[in-house]
Amino acid sequence: MSLKIVVLAKQVPDTRNVGKDAMTPEGTVNRAALPAIFNPDDLNALEQALRLKEQNPGSTVGILTMGPPRAGEIIRQGLYRGADTGWLLTDRLFAGADTLATSYALATAIRKIGKVDIVLGGRQAIDGDTAQVGPQVAQKLGLNQVTYAEEIVKIENGVATINRRIDGGKETVQVPLPVLVTVNGSAAPCRPQNAKLVMKYKYATCPLERPAEDPRADLYADRPYLTLNQWNVADVDGDPQQCGLAGSPTKVKTVMNIVFQAKESKTLTASDADVEGLVKELLDEKIIG
Amino acid sequence: MDNVFVYCEIEGTVVAEVSQELLTKGRKLADTLGVELHAVVAGTGIKGKVEDQILPYGVDKLFVFDGEGLFPYTSAPHTDILVNLFKEEKPQICLMGATVIGRDLGPRVSSSLTSGLTADCTQLEIGPYEDTKSGKKYENLLYQIRPAFGGNIVATIVNPDHRPQMATVRSGVMQKAVFTGKAKGEVVYPTVSKYVSDASYVVKVLEHYVEAAKHNLKGAAIVVAGGYGMGSREGFDMLFDLAKVLHAEVGASRAAVDAGFCDADRQVGQTGVTVHPKVYIACGISGQIQHIAGMQDSKIIISVNSDPDAPINKIADYVIVGTVEEVIPKLIKYYKQNSK
Repeated sequence: MSLKIVVLAKQVPDTRNVGKDAMTPEGTVNRAALPAIFNPDDLNALEQALRLKEQNPGSTVGILTMGPPRAGEIIRQGLYRGADTGWLLTDRLFAGADTLATSYALATAIRKIGKVDIVLGGRQAIDGDTAQVGPQVAQKLGLNQVTYAEEIVKIENGVATINRRIDGGKETVQVPLPVLVTVNGSAAPCRPQNAKLVMKYKYATCPLERPAEDPRADLYADRPYLTLNQWNVADVDGDPQQCGLAGSPTKVKTVMNIVFQAKESKTLTASDADVEGLVKELLDEKIIG
Repeated sequence: MDNVFVYCEIEGTVVAEVSQELLTKGRKLADTLGVELHAVVAGTGIKGKVEDQILPYGVDKLFVFDGEGLFPYTSAPHTDILVNLFKEEKPQICLMGATVIGRDLGPRVSSSLTSGLTADCTQLEIGPYEDTKSGKKYENLLYQIRPAFGGNIVATIVNPDHRPQMATVRSGVMQKAVFTGKAKGEVVYPTVSKYVSDASYVVKVLEHYVEAAKHNLKGAAIVVAGGYGMGSREGFDMLFDLAKVLHAEVGASRAAVDAGFCDADRQVGQTGVTVHPKVYIACGISGQIQHIAGMQDSKIIISVNSDPDAPINKIADYVIVGTVEEVIPKLIKYYKQNSK
């Protein structure tokens, strides 16, 4: 059977390269100051989606992302790897969302997309490491959910068979569609970008990404697939009170940089005398042994 | 109304240690707030087998849901139990482990009740809060303190207007202790079908396989940990040799795990295991904040590093400046020579 698949993907600051101006005075993330990447686990999710598309002819894969206009890049990177379409949720009203307000926005968009069989997403995003948005979306849409998936083995007669990680072990579960699945970073890595698809989609953009007087206006008029879907709160029939900062039950009280208490250390060399001295000291004080 | 709830996770009929750690923390929070500590557990054939693993941690009331299809855990039935129980009980705080189960269940419950949830808290405290925009003041909120942003900052999160205030905590972050004060210790066995609809038993678990833990890193008295500076998986063999003679467990930094030198279940740090050993020997670990967050409570920290300015040296009691290839064999040699 053909499947309508939506992949939730997030553009995240690369937290492995964090600078000093990473946070705003209000305690939210200053995304402009950081390199932006495709959230790693979401790439694992995309790979599972593309495999399902291959196994189930006639299926489609769309990338749903929320963020500022520059997050259109996430949709392009999905298209380069074999996705068919994408939607950028972008609106100032979405800004400052915690996981619950984020899940509300994504759920309204998925409702708008309509008749989705499988929603896939990474287990968690590296900027928050919460793993909350997937299950929160599933609950809002009344979807079945499977988290920490490593492989969607097959889909037969509307039932998915999925291998997943659990603490200290593994599980195989069967779940009827529609279902939301979050995919672990230990799942198969995503295929690389396809050169032909890069050529095809490299100018694909959301309207907000384009300059006012766009030199490629004719190209976009000629090739409608180069204009990516861009939705604001009103487009998805969202309630502004449930979006962004207004719709977030959690508030950031304070944010502090971490400063560890420095200790007075004893510095030794690698000489036999020093190492033996330390071992003897630890043994004498019954710290080891 | 307004009590503190802990969701107790089980494997078969064994209550997870992280749940007991949270009961101990929950008891302290309940005492601070002057309310009761309640616990909830759900499984199959657990009546009479789990109570003794939960009540000693200071529980005033325990809700045991025992029925077919509640083990192995699946999302919907456990969500139904918590959501419907919380609609009756209206707790102010709900804690659960930041485990695969807690991270599957917590967000589902929070989304259903529209309450805030904070993942992976490292500290939980009670205190006041003033909303700077509305000027509204709140007393006795749960401060949910967690590292964020790759561990580079620590944020204090509050949920002023929504209940319950929900938080998950990783295993080993809190310490469990049998409660020596007086708690009511009441146990009730609600009828599962009143809380869970038949339609919720929708996910079938075909296979469920859990290995006994390969190591006890979390509870180890001595930890020998390696970082990217160990250079290779073979380099880690040297650490296992040292661990063997010291009766220690082997840990690793995220960099070492990412490089494939060591299995992920041995990762120490904010996104791994939190350890509290007597001695922590850090070999070739530079000391990223997210690593230090998982081992800073070690009593004695020894750093072996060729770089005298490695950040971890600042919090170390002893710094041996040298290569791991040179120092680790000497540690083994002189330990063997000097111990009986």
